[in-house]
Amino acid sequence: MSVVEDRSWTGRLRLRAVGSLPPEKLLPDKQPTYVSSWIYVFGVLSLSCLAVIIGSGTILALKGPGWWHFTGVGHFFNSIHLWSVELFFFFMVVHLWGKYWMAAWRGGRARVWITGAFTFLVAIPCALTGYVSQQNFDAQWISTQAKDAMNSAGIGAFFNLLNFGQMYSYHVLLLPAAVVAIVVAHVLLVRKHGVVPPFELRELAAKAKEPAAATQSAEQETRA
Amino acid sequence: MTRRERRALETERYRDWKGGYRSYDLVKEASIALGVVLALCVVLTILFSSPDEKPSTVQSWARTDPVDFVTTATTELDGSSATGGYGPPYNHASSGQHMGFIHLQKWLGVSHPVDTAKDFVLAPLQSITGQPTLQAAVTTYESAPAKQQTAWTSAYEKGLNKASANPNGSVSVPGSRYGPLPAMMSGLLSFAQAGGLDGALLTSKQFYQTDYTKPLLFMADGGVLADRAKAEHLVGNQWGMMNETGSYPGQVWLWLYTFWYQIKPFSTSANADILVITVMGVLSLALVLIPFIPGVRDIPRWIPLYRLIWRDHYRALAG
Amino acid sequence: MKRTAARRSVAPVAAVFYLNHHSQYVHWHFFQMSVSNILVILAMFVVFLAAIFIPFPSHGVSGDSS
Repeated sequence: MSVVEDRSWTGRLRLRAVGSLPPEKLLPDKQPTYVSSWIYVFGVLSLSCLAVIIGSGTILALKGPGWWHFTGVGHFFNSIHLWSVELFFFFMVVHLWGKYWMAAWRGGRARVWITGAFTFLVAIPCALTGYVSQQNFDAQWISTQAKDAMNSAGIGAFFNLLNFGQMYSYHVLLLPAAVVAIVVAHVLLVRKHGVVPPFELRELAAKAKEPAAATQSAEQETRA
Repeated sequence: MTRRERRALETERYRDWKGGYRSYDLVKEASIALGVVLALCVVLTILFSSPDEKPSTVQSWARTDPVDFVTTATTELDGSSATGGYGPPYNHASSGQHMGFIHLQKWLGVSHPVDTAKDFVLAPLQSITGQPTLQAAVTTYESAPAKQQTAWTSAYEKGLNKASANPNGSVSVPGSRYGPLPAMMSGLLSFAQAGGLDGALLTSKQFYQTDYTKPLLFMADGGVLADRAKAEHLVGNQWGMMNETGSYPGQVWLWLYTFWYQIKPFSTSANADILVITVMGVLSLALVLIPFIPGVRDIPRWIPLYRLIWRDHYRALAG
Repeated sequence: MKRTAARRSVAPVAAVFYLNHHSQYVHWHFFQMSVSNILVILAMFVVFLAAIFIPFPSHGVSGDSS
């Protein structure tokens, strides 16, 4: 480590980043042998849904909020966006169930669980702002109903569900940015800490000690 | 050994995997997953498309249910509508919902002021030119004392209970002693049916507008949105928060949010919204903090579903 | 004269299955849910259980640990 690296912010940041996540951890080509269940695919399926949501959302944003009401292609991409959102929540909840029953927060992995839970919680208002940005009857009803919940907590004072412009901004930029930022943190933490190892079973732990005990007594007999 | 020491030992035991590894292609798996998801989305789109029910407008409301429109407009004029008596963030008519001594709705103040009489009735009427009789009626109303105004609107609201819509779209209200109300409401109804009120409510502040607060509040005070919602099972006590228009699956993840509204004390409370938000806030925090909640964090150990998930691993160890 | 206020106004869509009609609902005491939502929730449980029970293709072990 050179003197410049030691003193500069850039050098220190790079050292810290590479120290936490060396390339072989960031993009590993090996996985622990215990990763042997279909439940493990739901994380990457959720990520894939998020990618499709952002892709289809980008196309909808390119043409503006009114486009999908008047063209078949627009309606097609709106449908892709809706179904990718439904699948996102579907796969994310199955992923959450899997991680809960694995107690995936063990071994210093609490932050992995926390960032995952926050992803779910931030995705909900992100979806809400999407629903109220549809510019159809659904948007009218959802906004006029949900406003009461927001207003009761004082949130309505600065987050007006009836203001299409504000809701569209939150939906297209602010909340997706928040979801992506939390997901990136979540994935980097998974890469850093690794996937949680299985619970140790007492009967297997005891059996693992037996060969050592048998070998020891055989050695003693040989010496005698 | 204390419980804390045992926990620390366990944390260290599960921190790093010291066992075997196998080769694995992360990027290939992610690419396959993306392909699968894309294919699923395209299939679902081709099979089911997505819902898009056209929005209601003040114009469509005034044409399809003129009696409801005029009734709502009258309640906006005397402030007895839902918006008129809402409180913050629209006005000071009430202090809004609270939980004990916590009045968040009141504390955050009136940030989106709405004067229902002026914004929904008087200002739109005053913008109509070339109708001196109508303007005279508006002036008569505005210059009357508050007690007289209330007497007119209360009488008119009673009369509206027996009102009927005429084939030409106008409304007939039996009775009399309504002062300038019939002329004002007839003028407002015609303005709305011609489409002028939609625009007047939207562009009242500036030319470029994206804020639909006023037209939406006005429509929500009447029956136009609620009638459609009830037919689509979107109303609160129909678990509507979870539902979508038509037969589409809706927002299944909101099941617990809507559940509380169906049971006491929430279902009968005037402060239902703040109570539900608080309960859900606490439960959301609990979800985030599961790793630190004794009992909840131990359930996966007590109910060993993990034996199924890791059965290959345990079988290999036993072998 | 009040025309049907609940008149639905739906843009025509191209889809194999037309879902823009009223849904079926399951009622039980205060519980009400659309059949579509119930199917989604059931599917989640089925998929979760399938993911746990269906055997995962076994791979060779490299034998080395990092």
